[in-house]
Amino acid sequence: MTEAHIAHLKVFRGEPGGATRYDEFDVPVEEGMVILDALHWIQGNAAPDLAVRWNCKAAKCGSCSGEVNGKPRLMCKTRISDLDLDEPITVEPMRSFPLVRDLVSDVSWNYEVNKSIQAFTPPAGLPQEEWRWQQQDIERVQEYRKCIECFLCQDVCHVLRNHETEKPFMGPRFLVRTAGLEMHPIDEGDRRGYLKDTGNIGYCNITKCCTEVCPEHIKITDNAIIPLKERVADEFYDPIQWAWRKLRGKPAAGAAGTPLPMLQGGSASDAPAAAKGDKPTSEG
Amino acid sequence: MPIETHPVDVLVVGAGGAGLRAAIEAQAAGAKVGLVCKSLLGKAHTVMAEGGVAAAMGHVDPLDKWQTHFRDTMVGGKLLNNPRMAQLHAQEAPDRVRELELWGAVFDRTQDGRILQRPFGGHSHPRLAHVGDRTGLEMIRTLQDRAVSSGIDVFMECTITKVITGANGVAGAFGYWRTTGAPVLFPAKAVVLATGGIGKAYTVTSNSWEYSGDGHALAYDAGAELIDMEFVQFHPTGMVWPPGVKGLLVTEAVRGEGGILRNKDGERFMWKYLPEERRNEYAATDEEAKRWVEAASKGQTSDARRPPELSTRDNVSRAIYTEVKEGRGTPHGGVFLDISYLPADHVRRKLPSMYDQFKELADVDITKGPMEVGPTTHYVMGGIRVDAETGESTVSGLFAAGECAGGMHGANRLGGNSLSDLLVFGARTGAGAAAHAKGRRDQPYVDPVQVSTSERELAAPLERGAGEDPYALQRELQEMMGRLVGIFRVDGDLQEAIGEIAKLRARLPNLAVRGGRVYNPGWNLVFELRNLLIVSEAITRSALQRTESRGAHSRLDFPETDQAGWGDRNGVVRRRADGSMEVATTELPAMSDELRALLGGAH
Repeated sequence: MTEAHIAHLKVFRGEPGGATRYDEFDVPVEEGMVILDALHWIQGNAAPDLAVRWNCKAAKCGSCSGEVNGKPRLMCKTRISDLDLDEPITVEPMRSFPLVRDLVSDVSWNYEVNKSIQAFTPPAGLPQEEWRWQQQDIERVQEYRKCIECFLCQDVCHVLRNHETEKPFMGPRFLVRTAGLEMHPIDEGDRRGYLKDTGNIGYCNITKCCTEVCPEHIKITDNAIIPLKERVADEFYDPIQWAWRKLRGKPAAGAAGTPLPMLQGGSASDAPAAAKGDKPTSEG
Repeated sequence: MPIETHPVDVLVVGAGGAGLRAAIEAQAAGAKVGLVCKSLLGKAHTVMAEGGVAAAMGHVDPLDKWQTHFRDTMVGGKLLNNPRMAQLHAQEAPDRVRELELWGAVFDRTQDGRILQRPFGGHSHPRLAHVGDRTGLEMIRTLQDRAVSSGIDVFMECTITKVITGANGVAGAFGYWRTTGAPVLFPAKAVVLATGGIGKAYTVTSNSWEYSGDGHALAYDAGAELIDMEFVQFHPTGMVWPPGVKGLLVTEAVRGEGGILRNKDGERFMWKYLPEERRNEYAATDEEAKRWVEAASKGQTSDARRPPELSTRDNVSRAIYTEVKEGRGTPHGGVFLDISYLPADHVRRKLPSMYDQFKELADVDITKGPMEVGPTTHYVMGGIRVDAETGESTVSGLFAAGECAGGMHGANRLGGNSLSDLLVFGARTGAGAAAHAKGRRDQPYVDPVQVSTSERELAAPLERGAGEDPYALQRELQEMMGRLVGIFRVDGDLQEAIGEIAKLRARLPNLAVRGGRVYNPGWNLVFELRNLLIVSEAITRSALQRTESRGAHSRLDFPETDQAGWGDRNGVVRRRADGSMEVATTELPAMSDELRALLGGAH
């Protein structure tokens, strides 16, 4: 086998609290191989205890998220032939979340945030037999619903990654989910107060990093976050709306509810010196 | 140190569509529910389902009724299905689909704004409610959101290794957290197994690592019966290239939308393989098939009959296998599947994830050229023998739903019937388990001996020091099953496989893994291998017993369907007191005259 058919992988290893390191592996490259194939080769031939989270291996379940050469990626979709094989390929877990072990990070915080979103709320008085929507009326909502919950958008979001905000931020994934409910043709829920005061949508300063890493090509910023920001602004920052509410003594829409938990420190702080301080770069 | 313990009324093992639907129903009936899954919530195999969910709603063709869906299901299953299950399934699927819409699902629409339905193999009318080709994602997300907002306790990344039983049936389950390796105990009045399939017994499969026959094996160990285990569905269209994605599913919706199968000589070979007795249900010419596709792509029906590619999965798989075997395959050992003759934007809109999958993983633009496809292990029709009304197994308090339950699909499952199966029987089983839990006066007694044995089994591979590598054993098993117990079977191969399985099982106690308990995939694999060996033996022994060809089970030495000898019986597998596997048959459940009449000439 010639040198050109070997990929050199530098794989992050370790557990929280213990020493972490990068193990290096030379993996024979097959046609069409992806990073996840290389990790499976390592498990089957060199390090059977290498921790990797994965399921479908077809970019449909969103389990195998990680960072390849510092970029948040689905490992089942990252073709080795697209990378420079003269350099080692660095594979690391998603850095914004706490480490479980090796390439697996603890994403349970996301599930906690998800619980706080008001579920689909259809109108009580409209029998289901009468629900009629045109395909063009639901195409935007179907775009949001393409999300496979890989959490790469949460990983790349600098608000979450830097862990420096005073209040918790729900992150792009859950803004997308909320947008899917708010813009459902017949949903009657009102999540604007929640977005403003619990999800803290104001923290997003629309740098679009989330959109760039989305493997489902959802236009997260333009199609989900900005329209939600506009809805919140119309409700809370429009002087006419404000005066009208004062006059009628009505509270603002969409009650806020209990605060979200803060996302605790990510594994970036566990990284050995070599990788410390690396900023993730999204792909343009 | 005491084991972490979570007492519940109903423990649901598996959080795919069936497990989620069962948990929602049990919780709604007032039971305290625990939902355990090996992966993160929302990642189960249901997410991979593409084409749609079958339900006779009649939105595209008003002629479609539950009676037709029942008949199609029975004919597709070669009349080996449990007729009562097929009836309940056909009758209740429309309501279960509409309920998803009530919970927030957003299906594709007809021109008059209702849920759109697409044609699929073996279905007489356009019947599959869908969202492009990501229907499973829509379903699992809808059910997940519903379960979470109902306040169900979810235990993610947790593996169950033992169903604990006592004098009164089920008493709970023992398992461990994959993230820490710590043991965990769930005392329960009822346990619902919803663990999916067995695809990881084979090398080429559309299934993920999770599909290791856990529910089948847990039930078998607990004394429950399995039925129909010889029937493993090889889906006709998996990817064949590149090597890393070999087996990955190419949705039947490609053929539902008009995809044409050709061999390397350009021949549309499916014309040759249509069974004589069903030939009149299919188009007679390319021209008629084309007219059918034109109508279907507008969501309409026409007088044209469906294309030959929409024959049932068992038949299309055998056809592709035969073409390749006889030297008419493509360079990568498959056949061509072509949808590129339709407008590119239509293909991208109806099959977006197939478009992405081929573009990104195989450098193929399906709007410009054909895909290469071949058969892949996809689904097991066989499973835990259950009561049609409640989903209860032959062990009191142990229930099963979805793919790990048997009976519904007979000898061959129609595409789209698994998603409807998991909704209909998920709900029925959740209700059945909740009622069982409510009716039980005793608190479950968790036998400490079973718990300590389970703990020892968990620790053993880590403490063994030196031994065999579980990955190597898995590769040997998969290769052997593909070679000896694949699409075409013969006595000698099956006998050889039984011997090989015994040898592999004898090596299980020598498996050793390095590393600790925290998220250690080599260690986790040990327990999945144990389950895979049980289901592999059940498949092989059942295949050896059935000396005929029917549905997905094809015997080279018995190529004919033997209606007199085998048409009235299901294979049954159970564990003998000495731990060995017993294989027998049981009479097919009786069919009412009303249902028999619906089958008309088919019976």
